[in-house]
Amino acid sequence: MTEGLPVPSPAGLAGISSLTMDPECSQLLPALCAVLADPRQPMADDTCLEKLLDWFKTITEAGSSLLLLQENPCLVELLCHMLKPQDLSSRVLSFSLRLTGVLAAQEDCFQYLQEDSSLFVASAAGQLLVHILGLSMQGPAGGPPSLEAGDWPACAQKIVGHIEESLRATATPQITQALNVLTTTFGHCHDPWTQVLWVQLSPLVASLLEKDPVPAAHSLVDLLLSVARSPGLSSSSCGLWETLAQTLSRLSPTQAGPLALGILKLQDCPQALRAQAFAVLLQPLACVLKATAQDPGPSGVPPGTVGASVAAGTPLSSKAACVGLLCRSLAHLELLLPLPQRPCPWPQAPLLGAAVTLLQLCGGSARPACDTGRHLGTLLLGCVRVQRAALDFLGALSDGTGPRELVTQVFAVLLEYLRSPDSSPTVLKKAFQATFRWLLSSPKTPGCWDLDPHALLFLRDLLPVLQKRLCSPCWEVRDSSLEFLTQMTRHWGGQAGFRHALLASEVPKLTEQLLRDPESYVRASAVTAMGQLSSQGLCVPPAGPEHPGGPQKSLLVELLHILSTDSEGFPRRAVMQVFTQWLRDSHADVAGDAEQFVAGVLQVASQDLDWEVRAQGLELALVFLEQTLGQPRSHCPYAVTPPVEAPVGPLAQALQPLCRVRLFDFAFRALFDCDRPVAQKSCDLLLFLRAKTASPSGLQESRSSPDVASVEAALQSWQAGDQAQPLGDLEPEVVLAVLRSLDLEGLRGALAESSDHVERSPQSLLQDMLATVGVLGENEADCY
Amino acid sequence: MKLYCLSGHPTLPCNVLKFKSTTIMLDCGLDMTSTLNFLPLPLVQSPRLSNLPGWSLKDGNAFLDKELKECSGHVFVDSVPEFCLPETELIDLSTVDVILISNYHCMMALPYITEYTGFSGTVYATEPTVQIGRLLMEELVNFIERVPKAQSASLWKNKDIQRLLPSPLKDAVEVSTWRRCYTMQEVNSALSKIQLVGYSQKIPMDQASLKNSDVLILTGLTQIPTANPDGMVGEFCSNLALTVRNGGNVLVPCYPSGVIYDLLECLYQYIDSAGLSNIPFYFISPVANSSLEFSQIFAEWLCHNKQTKVYLPEPPFPHAELIQTNKLKHYPSLHGDFSSDFRQPCVVFTGHPSLRFGDVVHFMELWGKSSLNTVIFTEPDFSYLEALAPYQPLAMKCIYCPIDTRLNFIQVSKLLKEVQPLHVVCPEQYTQPPPAQSHRMDLMIDCQPPAMSYRRAEVLALPFKRRYEKIEIMPELADTLVPMEIKPGISLATVSAVLHTKDNKHVLQPPPRPAQPTGGKKRKRATEDIPDCKVLKPLLSGSIPVEQFVQTLEKHGFSDIKVEDTAKGHIVLLQEAETLIQIEEDSTHIICDNDEMLRVRLRDLVLKFLQKF
Repeated sequence: MTEGLPVPSPAGLAGISSLTMDPECSQLLPALCAVLADPRQPMADDTCLEKLLDWFKTITEAGSSLLLLQENPCLVELLCHMLKPQDLSSRVLSFSLRLTGVLAAQEDCFQYLQEDSSLFVASAAGQLLVHILGLSMQGPAGGPPSLEAGDWPACAQKIVGHIEESLRATATPQITQALNVLTTTFGHCHDPWTQVLWVQLSPLVASLLEKDPVPAAHSLVDLLLSVARSPGLSSSSCGLWETLAQTLSRLSPTQAGPLALGILKLQDCPQALRAQAFAVLLQPLACVLKATAQDPGPSGVPPGTVGASVAAGTPLSSKAACVGLLCRSLAHLELLLPLPQRPCPWPQAPLLGAAVTLLQLCGGSARPACDTGRHLGTLLLGCVRVQRAALDFLGALSDGTGPRELVTQVFAVLLEYLRSPDSSPTVLKKAFQATFRWLLSSPKTPGCWDLDPHALLFLRDLLPVLQKRLCSPCWEVRDSSLEFLTQMTRHWGGQAGFRHALLASEVPKLTEQLLRDPESYVRASAVTAMGQLSSQGLCVPPAGPEHPGGPQKSLLVELLHILSTDSEGFPRRAVMQVFTQWLRDSHADVAGDAEQFVAGVLQVASQDLDWEVRAQGLELALVFLEQTLGQPRSHCPYAVTPPVEAPVGPLAQALQPLCRVRLFDFAFRALFDCDRPVAQKSCDLLLFLRAKTASPSGLQESRSSPDVASVEAALQSWQAGDQAQPLGDLEPEVVLAVLRSLDLEGLRGALAESSDHVERSPQSLLQDMLATVGVLGENEADCY
Repeated sequence: MKLYCLSGHPTLPCNVLKFKSTTIMLDCGLDMTSTLNFLPLPLVQSPRLSNLPGWSLKDGNAFLDKELKECSGHVFVDSVPEFCLPETELIDLSTVDVILISNYHCMMALPYITEYTGFSGTVYATEPTVQIGRLLMEELVNFIERVPKAQSASLWKNKDIQRLLPSPLKDAVEVSTWRRCYTMQEVNSALSKIQLVGYSQKIPMDQASLKNSDVLILTGLTQIPTANPDGMVGEFCSNLALTVRNGGNVLVPCYPSGVIYDLLECLYQYIDSAGLSNIPFYFISPVANSSLEFSQIFAEWLCHNKQTKVYLPEPPFPHAELIQTNKLKHYPSLHGDFSSDFRQPCVVFTGHPSLRFGDVVHFMELWGKSSLNTVIFTEPDFSYLEALAPYQPLAMKCIYCPIDTRLNFIQVSKLLKEVQPLHVVCPEQYTQPPPAQSHRMDLMIDCQPPAMSYRRAEVLALPFKRRYEKIEIMPELADTLVPMEIKPGISLATVSAVLHTKDNKHVLQPPPRPAQPTGGKKRKRATEDIPDCKVLKPLLSGSIPVEQFVQTLEKHGFSDIKVEDTAKGHIVLLQEAETLIQIEEDSTHIICDNDEMLRVRLRDLVLKFLQKF
């Protein structure tokens, strides 16, 4: 048998390639355009319009837009129809405008559309205007346009005039639109003429700042940042820095935050402006520090941060404003933190102090001395939003250092949150995350990876809290506690200090009990945690006669039990991951009789209804395969690979263990799995195996033996959907023969296509859209 | 309007309101924290407690060593525990017309008031309040009576001696008024004076009726404002599971009603998930059975969620199922069946939360020595540290999870915003943050004008002014009126009616017809006991013209008449008769020297000038 097994051929898909307009689609298009143009036939679902637009984009990217328009005049008709004042749905109008933009992106097509002169001027759609402006400024011959605005093409002058008019308008929507057009222009086009445009328009933009309140503040911020980022503009020469400084001081603290962050992200920017922007971000936290300071000395934040407004307490006066501002400020600073261009010197200590103070205020443990501070405490008490933001920020700050006493406060406030019965599950999760990050960052003794003495002391307080949290009636809390434990064990499981503290606690025992938790997520996390504990030898021998085989064995049995009986997928997936890791690490329990272990696991996994479990089974199979045949490829060239014994004997001997654990049975079955990722993974595994065994001096393949024929017959029936037929015991020779005969590459290609490629074909989309409005031919006749 | 504050305990109030001619007692709470000064009453002979050393003065004087015992640095009175009663000297309690009881915790002093003060009024309370209050009293009496104490200490109460004692005994207030517990007979007698109030209110409380009140008396807020009940229930469950999983026992000192229902409900949902299905839960109280049963039949008093369960086959609280499945077992006492069923590790709910009497004393002695066991305090009424003092040194773990579902300050602030009372009156403790959280300005009542605060034995004059009220006249009564015009535009009529006042609305109704004499036996029945309609004197109107009056006097033989003008009218002097007639706008006085004949003559002359109707 020389031909490959019949697998879905990629050639069969050629007919629905979406790169060109096929005749079937062309036939459907006029009817669809008619539907779109008819306001009485509303499109209920605008996601199909989005899909349609995506398809048009694909077509225009692959070929000529002009040809498309010429071959499908219904499209131009549709666009022209949209210009007539009528009761059009905004969805269809927006679709038409964007389609016009897509089409006009090609010059010849633009010219073609330009024949209808009123088209572009009439539409005020931002995107389109930008493209037209850009195109018109490129000029037909591609020569550099004049830098004198007066010499610009009429079309460009008309657009600029329109924008100027909009900027002078009193209605905010009009200003917003103009600002958005400009934002897009400066974002997309970096030609020298954009600087001329900015110089011309910046006085109008600056005049917006004189209005009270500043209109369209968000769009204004976007525009200014877009201009500042544009490489086409020399910021210093066009007064941009002054405008930015003015805007920072004019906008409310909430509005100014994104602008300040944007300014600080800029590569080159005057130091004074950076300082001003940083002060805007720091101001809310500075207010907090000032309001809660025990002595009114310097807070440590850069001077000028706490302005006159603090006395009045305006930004922090009402709860909603205060919470919103603080959360945004914390989020902005957190974004800034990892950036190389973050301000230097970075006020690590005051920020740490502010985060700790905020958490204390929210938790009710802060003792502000003044009335402003007490008022702040009342506003923030129990506020989950600020707690979450502050814990995230605190965690991010762990990358830096801090004065010892402040770090002590950090751990104290984290412990307070971990302990507090009022911490919500999400807050607790974040407190765990921040705690882990701070433990990671705690100073290390050179040459020793263990926790430092302070951290070990903290651990002594932490473990009782963890014990209690593992018994929480709230499953989310149990779950995040287990995740935290897993993280801790992964990092410090090998260190004496950690091991000692953990083993002295009830944590391992309680974790073991959570394997039987009623909540599947908790069971899954408990499986992962136990797997990790066991890997590190941190499982406690259970007391009682029901575990005669010792702790490790009993955990293996318990996990196998979960794998074969648990009704939920998550715990079973977790077990497979643990097993894979154990096999990879040559866990003592597994290494003793790896074959028996793998055979048992694969047998259970192959029966699993959850595709992720089956996929993970293939992962485990791959690990076993690699260990059996030696590691042929390393995913990372720098990875330190454990020395793996190369197969010593002939290939057949090397394949024997794989046959004994029925790995091929599992892999072949998976090849025709109804879930694509499983089939893909199996395909990869078999391809890898084939490459591994493709040695010329290898095994004599038995290409035409009756065994091979029967296997192939079985596989064909499997592919047809009948997996009942058994494969029987496979011999290495037969396996190799089957491997050679399978068209694995073809199969991989077919699987690479998305599973819903048929449903996503443009033809199907057009049919669906027409079907929903009911104009597919015959139905019309029945309607009266 | 006056408020007599008989209790200083903010959650166990006893206030008396005097207004117009009515005297109303609002709640009747009993402060039991006084019992913390006494040694526990062990149900089973405790060698440890009976061998505690007697206390002696610094100079070695040991004359109090029979009354006072020392345990781990604390001094306790070795006697039957006593309670601090509401103030009885501030107001004559026999004048109290009505006692209103708001909830079962606030009625524990009732027998002391109804049985010892000459009280002859009526007590009003709802049915669940009475039933559960009875259970609490019954349990209390039972706990104390079943451990008879031969000795009764009183020497230490002497003021001169008390001064020599260590804190907190030295600072205990009004020790001379502390009383032993009442008897069951007194409880029954007190409860017999209660008139049940039917169910007519909405749960949750309808605040509309409180809107724009003149005075809002605010008591009984949460005692642990920093503890959120939901968080505490979670804490309770976590600690319970942690202990039991490690093979330890859990002791929950509690009242036989109230929070225990919630704890059992929470555990019901939690025990399976926590792998505690095989752990027995014991509820030990002389009234355990009644309590569990009562809780299921007062569903209309529960939250909406529970009310709806009345129409379902399942009971409102799930503890019935816990009992059916044998997970929860209840016993009247640790003697008897309990001792044969007892299995460890287990969870025991039992009283009293003060740890001074009840079965809890035995479990403290039994389990206190092992660090595997845990006592979890959920009742907020007693300081857990003080409660534990006579058991020190203690190896068992102590967890404090106070679950107090009373209003917190945020809720009060919302309530005040909504109700907008003109004045707020509250215990002084609510007008400043708790001492331990002096920075928490949110933990106090903040209102305008500032709340008026009270403390024990204070009398507050409430800023409530009397004012004219509008009275409606029933149409049939109005029909009978015959107005007489006394001035143009002003008519008068006399009205005989019964004034009916309810919910601050006043209505004049026709007086009931006098009973027709039937000729037979006249029996007076209570319902016919109508107000007496006396023969009315006619009302007078008009004014007296002085000149004409003088002329008339002269006509009738009076001479030597002199008229003096005064600020309000005139004085007519009959100099010869040594008589003075004082005529003012709204009154006329005849002042003569014991000459009734003369006075009547003069009166009749005055009346001639006035109209009668």
